[in-house]
Amino acid sequence: MQNKSTRALYLIPYGAWILLFVIAPIALVVYYSLFNIHGDLTLANYRAFFSSIYLELTLSSFWYAFLITLFSLLIAYPTAYFLTKTKNKQLWLLLIIIPSWINLLLKTYAFIGIFGQYGPINAFFAAIGIGSTQLLFTDFSFIFVSVYIFIPFMILPIFNAIDRLNPALIDASRDLGASPWTTFRKVILPLTMNGVKSGIQVTFIPALSLFMITRLIAGNKVITLGTAIEQQFLVTQNWGMGSTIAVFLILFMFIIMLFTGQKEKGGASVGKTK
Amino acid sequence: MKEIIRAAVAVIVVSALLLYINSQLGKTSGSTGSDTITVYNWGEYLDPELLDQFTEETGIRVVYETFDSNEAMMTKVQQGGTSYDVAMPSEYMIENMKEEDLLIPLDHSKIPNLKNIDPYFLDLPFDPDNEYSVPYFWGTVGIAFNPDLLEEDFDFTSWEDLWRPELREQIILVDSAREVMGMGLNSLGYSLNSTDESELDAASAKLDELTPNVKAIIGDEIVEMMRRNEAAIALTWSGQALDMMYINESIDFAVPEEGSNLWFDNMIIPKTAANVDGAHQFINFMLDAEVAAQNADWVGYSTPNAAGLELMDPEVTGDERFYPDEEIRERLEVYRNLGPEMTGEYNERFLRFKMGMN
Repeated sequence: MQNKSTRALYLIPYGAWILLFVIAPIALVVYYSLFNIHGDLTLANYRAFFSSIYLELTLSSFWYAFLITLFSLLIAYPTAYFLTKTKNKQLWLLLIIIPSWINLLLKTYAFIGIFGQYGPINAFFAAIGIGSTQLLFTDFSFIFVSVYIFIPFMILPIFNAIDRLNPALIDASRDLGASPWTTFRKVILPLTMNGVKSGIQVTFIPALSLFMITRLIAGNKVITLGTAIEQQFLVTQNWGMGSTIAVFLILFMFIIMLFTGQKEKGGASVGKTK
Repeated sequence: MKEIIRAAVAVIVVSALLLYINSQLGKTSGSTGSDTITVYNWGEYLDPELLDQFTEETGIRVVYETFDSNEAMMTKVQQGGTSYDVAMPSEYMIENMKEEDLLIPLDHSKIPNLKNIDPYFLDLPFDPDNEYSVPYFWGTVGIAFNPDLLEEDFDFTSWEDLWRPELREQIILVDSAREVMGMGLNSLGYSLNSTDESELDAASAKLDELTPNVKAIIGDEIVEMMRRNEAAIALTWSGQALDMMYINESIDFAVPEEGSNLWFDNMIIPKTAANVDGAHQFINFMLDAEVAAQNADWVGYSTPNAAGLELMDPEVTGDERFYPDEEIRERLEVYRNLGPEMTGEYNERFLRFKMGMN
């Protein structure tokens, strides 16, 4: 009994935290989304969301988030795989993670200089005879910078998953005559899928609502739901519509979490019996 | 268990300590009280030396805070957490704040220096008789361009020039719905305060034709881009153009003849004010001829202070690009507060324009 009540006591800070910083903000967003610009209770904002402009915006956000996640994954998986094979893997991992400690805005501003008309890349292009190219404010630069920013978050979970893989399984697969490709497809990939899913979660969801990079690197030629929310709150001061877009963003995130969610296996249930 | 209690106690003690320190700091930098005022202004919009001079003259200490958009400023005033005594919003925001009852009327007997202001800038439609506001700076919206980067000679006396096919991927626009929509409306000869659906449709269609020439739509980064020759043409405010010219001397600035925006930033006393008397003293101080001249020198925008103008370098004040004469000013329009629906419509059209860029 004593044990139970102290355990409940421990839960208070977490409960209060979740109530204050998770449930209350979401409830407020939903609450605000029900009011129009004059403060009347209405569902008009939701109707407005289904007008062409916001649906188009949603599609384009998803498309770019998909591209960013895809390229991050394509680069991160092999990187994580080879990292586990290196001698000082923790050190290498650290070197890859360190750039993510630098403020996002600083990194983005650095890219403005790097991609600039007189930046190092164009200087290199000019030197090898391609001539100066417009790099900044293009789809390419937007995807490149976003992928660069998200890669550490993609590598980390995949690295952990591959690192935990029992090498005996791979040996067994080889002994039984599987080609390296079959081994990868039938053994390594399924066993590291959880890492890939976490990686996709932490990349795709924030990529949906990027707005600062769309302005600084893509020059607002790429528009995401984040841009629309920012505009509704700061310029139009239509908090209702801004909240409505945010509600849909939360819904999308929830759906993505469902799809990429981890099935509870081994580890989790061990924790429960204790 | 003991450790957890100890940790919890430590957290509480530290928090209490921080709270105490914070309250002490609050006292010393106090935004309340009769010997301090809190000024809320745009960034880089006041010579900091003048704040010291004000304190020396009056004994009132100034707490200085900055904002980066009218809307952000209004939200803070509405929430009322800080007792701002003086703020510098733009004209349409003053109309808006008046409607929301967020302003304290000015006592003109406490602002004798009001006589220094050019009468042209007094008693404007957004605030008749200057009941709530005093002009601080003014300027225009126009085209900053760098002839060195353009193959042909352009003078941009017409908005139409921006649509010329040779300017592919050359133009940077400021990320602001009113300015961009206003350009579309002005280029067709309509008012930039238009609320007529067919005029707005025409302006949107006209803007869509501009997309091949648009390089980017960004914020304050425009200045850096133009300074470093990254772009040849920018739709921007006169003061930003001047900022570009300080570093990159090839840049020129033009206000197209079809008309454009004339704007005013003004000093007001918001409802949050705790030291109304100090706020009046501050406004009066800023209107002093010498102070206004020094401030205009430092900030670079155009001052409405006629007495101050006479103390400034005639080369600056004679520059038609930044001090256009009355004939040119007649062609310019001041933004009216369009109300929440129309503001929403302008922004939605602007969002659609941005989406059409890709």
